Amino acid sequence: MRVLIAKPGLDGHDRGAKVVAFALRDAGIEVIYSGLKRTPDEIVQEAIQEDVDVVGLSVLSGAHMLLARRVLDGLRAQDAADIAVVVGGTIPPRDVESLKQLGVRDVFPMGTPLPEIVKAFRRAERPGREGREGG
Amino acid sequence: MKELRAHAGFPIAPAYGPEDLAGVDFERDIGRPGEYPFTRGIHKHMYRERLWTMRQYVGFGTPDETNARFKYLMAHGQDALNVAFDLPTQLGLDSDDPKAEGEVGRVGMAVDTLADMEAAFAGIPLDRVSVSLTINGMAAPITAMYYAVAEKQGVAPERVVTTPQNDILKEFIARGTWIYPVDPSLRLVADLIEYSARHYPRSNPVSVCGYHIREAGCTTAQEMAYGLAIAAAYVELMLARGMAVDDFAPRISFNFTAWGKIFEEVAKFRAGRRLYARMLRERFNATNPRSWMFRSLIGGGGSAFAVQEPENNIVRGAYIALAAALAGAQTMALPTYDEAYTIPSPKAQLIALRTMQICAEESGAADTADPLAGSYYVEALTTAMEKQILDELARVERMGGIVEAVKSGAIQAEVARQAYLYEQRIVSGEIAKVAVNCHVGEWPVEADRDVELYSFDPRATEAQVAKLARIRAQRDNGVVNAALDRLADEARGGQNLMDPIVEAVKAYATLGEMAQAMMRVFGEHQEAVKL
Repeated sequence: MRVLIAKPGLDGHDRGAKVVAFALRDAGIEVIYSGLKRTPDEIVQEAIQEDVDVVGLSVLSGAHMLLARRVLDGLRAQDAADIAVVVGGTIPPRDVESLKQLGVRDVFPMGTPLPEIVKAFRRAERPGREGREGG
Repeated sequence: MKELRAHAGFPIAPAYGPEDLAGVDFERDIGRPGEYPFTRGIHKHMYRERLWTMRQYVGFGTPDETNARFKYLMAHGQDALNVAFDLPTQLGLDSDDPKAEGEVGRVGMAVDTLADMEAAFAGIPLDRVSVSLTINGMAAPITAMYYAVAEKQGVAPERVVTTPQNDILKEFIARGTWIYPVDPSLRLVADLIEYSARHYPRSNPVSVCGYHIREAGCTTAQEMAYGLAIAAAYVELMLARGMAVDDFAPRISFNFTAWGKIFEEVAKFRAGRRLYARMLRERFNATNPRSWMFRSLIGGGGSAFAVQEPENNIVRGAYIALAAALAGAQTMALPTYDEAYTIPSPKAQLIALRTMQICAEESGAADTADPLAGSYYVEALTTAMEKQILDELARVERMGGIVEAVKSGAIQAEVARQAYLYEQRIVSGEIAKVAVNCHVGEWPVEADRDVELYSFDPRATEAQVAKLARIRAQRDNGVVNAALDRLADEARGGQNLMDPIVEAVKAYATLGEMAQAMMRVFGEHQEAVKL
C-alpha cells in the first residue's frame, strides 16, 4: 500500500503530518511526504504520478473545506476518484460531516489516537491491491 | 518503583538531598536575583518590582474586527498586545492573490497595506501600549508599517515599544512561514535589527523562539539549546555587520513554553538564563549587564492541551501560568481551552487572561523572586538541564552549526523524530494525559454542544479584498512603482533594505508588491524534505 501525506495551502505546521507519516511507515506502508505549501493541483498530480491508494491532507489553518474540495474535484476531473482522500488537523466537530459529504473518506480531528489513523488508512486501500507492501 | 524520566530524557529520582548539589557553587552558579548569571531571574525584586506583562495572542478577520477584540481585552486588564496575522500576510501574499484563497483572515488579521495597520491600532495609543508582532519572513515591511502608524499618531521613535518576532531560523525549523532562501532571509532579519537599534531604541527587534520548535516536537532541553544557538547566530550576524554587541544585545528577547512538568520547566529557564549570560559575557564579550539578560515571554503551548473534554484545558492553563511565574517570566501568554478546535472565542480569551490575573493576584507565586531556589530537587534539575542543553548544543555544532543544520534539514528531521517518539510515549501511556490515555471518558466529544466556538465569517475576506482594491485605486501608482524599483535595486546591492521598505510602505505599496520585488532578486526557498 502506498500513500501521499500532503500539506495543502499556506499552513506551515507539519508535526502532525510527519508523525502520521512515521506511523504509517512503521506499519509497513510506503509513504511519500509532499513538503509544505503545495497547491491542490500539485497534490493531485503527485497522487496520480505516484499511483497512491490514499491522499492524507493535513490542514491546521481552518481552510480545510476549500482545500479538500479542490483536491477531490481535481482527482475526479482526472478519473482518479478511486484514490481515497482523508483529512486531519484542526477540524471543528461541525465540519467533520460536511467533509464526509464532500467525499472525504475519513476525518481525523485533533486528538484522534494514532493507531486509529493507521487503521483508517488501511481501510482505504484500493480494492485488488491488498498485499502490495512497500518499504 | 516505576522509573520516571524528564521530557529532556534524564531520570528523575524519588527524592533529592544535599548530596545532589555536589559541585554547585552558590555564588558562581545560583547567585542572587538580578545579578549575574541571572539563574534566579533578571530583576532583583522580580514581580514586586514589575509584574509580568499579560499579552494574549490575538488577531482574526479584518483589522477592524481585530481592533475591537484588542479593545475588549484591554478593557479587561490586558496591558499589552500580541498581534496574530493571517497566513497570506505572513507569507507576503495580498488578500486577492489566488494563493491566498480560503486563508484570508483565518488564523490572524489580514494586512495588505499601511491602511490596515492604521485601522488595527485606531484609538490605541502606541506610546503607552507595547505591541508584539508575530511576523517573521515579512517582519521588515510589517514593522515598517507599525513605525509609520506610530509616527502618524505623533509618537516619538524613542517611545515606541514593539517586538516583531523576526526569528526566521525557527520558521525554517518549525513554523513554516519562510519565503526566501536562508541567506537573504537572514539579511532581512539583520536589516530590521540594525535599523531598529539605530532609530527605535526601545524596540525589541528580534524575539528568539524556542516555543514553536517545542510545539513542533523537540524536548525541553532542545527547546532551550536551539533557542540559544539561534540567538548566537543572530549575534554573529550583527557583529559581522560591524555593530558592537552592546549596541543591540540588550534588546534581544525570547519566547518559550512552560507547558510540561512544572519543576522541569522552571529548571529549564534557570539553566537557560545562566547559559545565556555566560555566552554573552564570555563568548561575545558583552559588558552591559542588560546584554547578559535572557528576557522571555513564557507561556504556550497548545500541544499541552487536548480536544477531549476541552474545559480541562482551563486547568492545564493554570498550571502553565504557575510554571511561567515560578520560572521568572517577563511576559506571559496562555493558549485558550478551545484551541484544538479553532481560533479562540472571546470567552476563551477572557478565561486565559483571568487565569494569569488569578496567578498574579491570588496564588502568591508572584510574592518573592525565584521561590524554588535552594530546593534540592530544583537545583539538581537545573544542573541536569544545563548539562543536557550543552550536550544538545554540541550536537548542533556537529551538524555544522544551526544555520547549516537548518539548510540541510538535519534539525527539522531531529525535531520530527522527537515528535514521533513523544507520540509513541502517549500511545504507550508512558506520558499520561487525562481523558486522553488515562481516565478516559466518552469519545468523540460533541464539542459543539459543550463549548461555544469561534465561527469564521467569509464576509471578512470580501471586505478585505474590496478595501485593497480601493487603496490601489486611490494611491499614486507612480510613487509606488518608483519605491518598488528602488527596493528591488537595493536588494541586488548590499544596503540595509529598511529605508526603501519604509518609503514603499508610506506610498501604500502592498505587502505582496514589496514581497514580489524582493522575490525577483532573492528567489524562493526550496524546502529540504527529509523524513
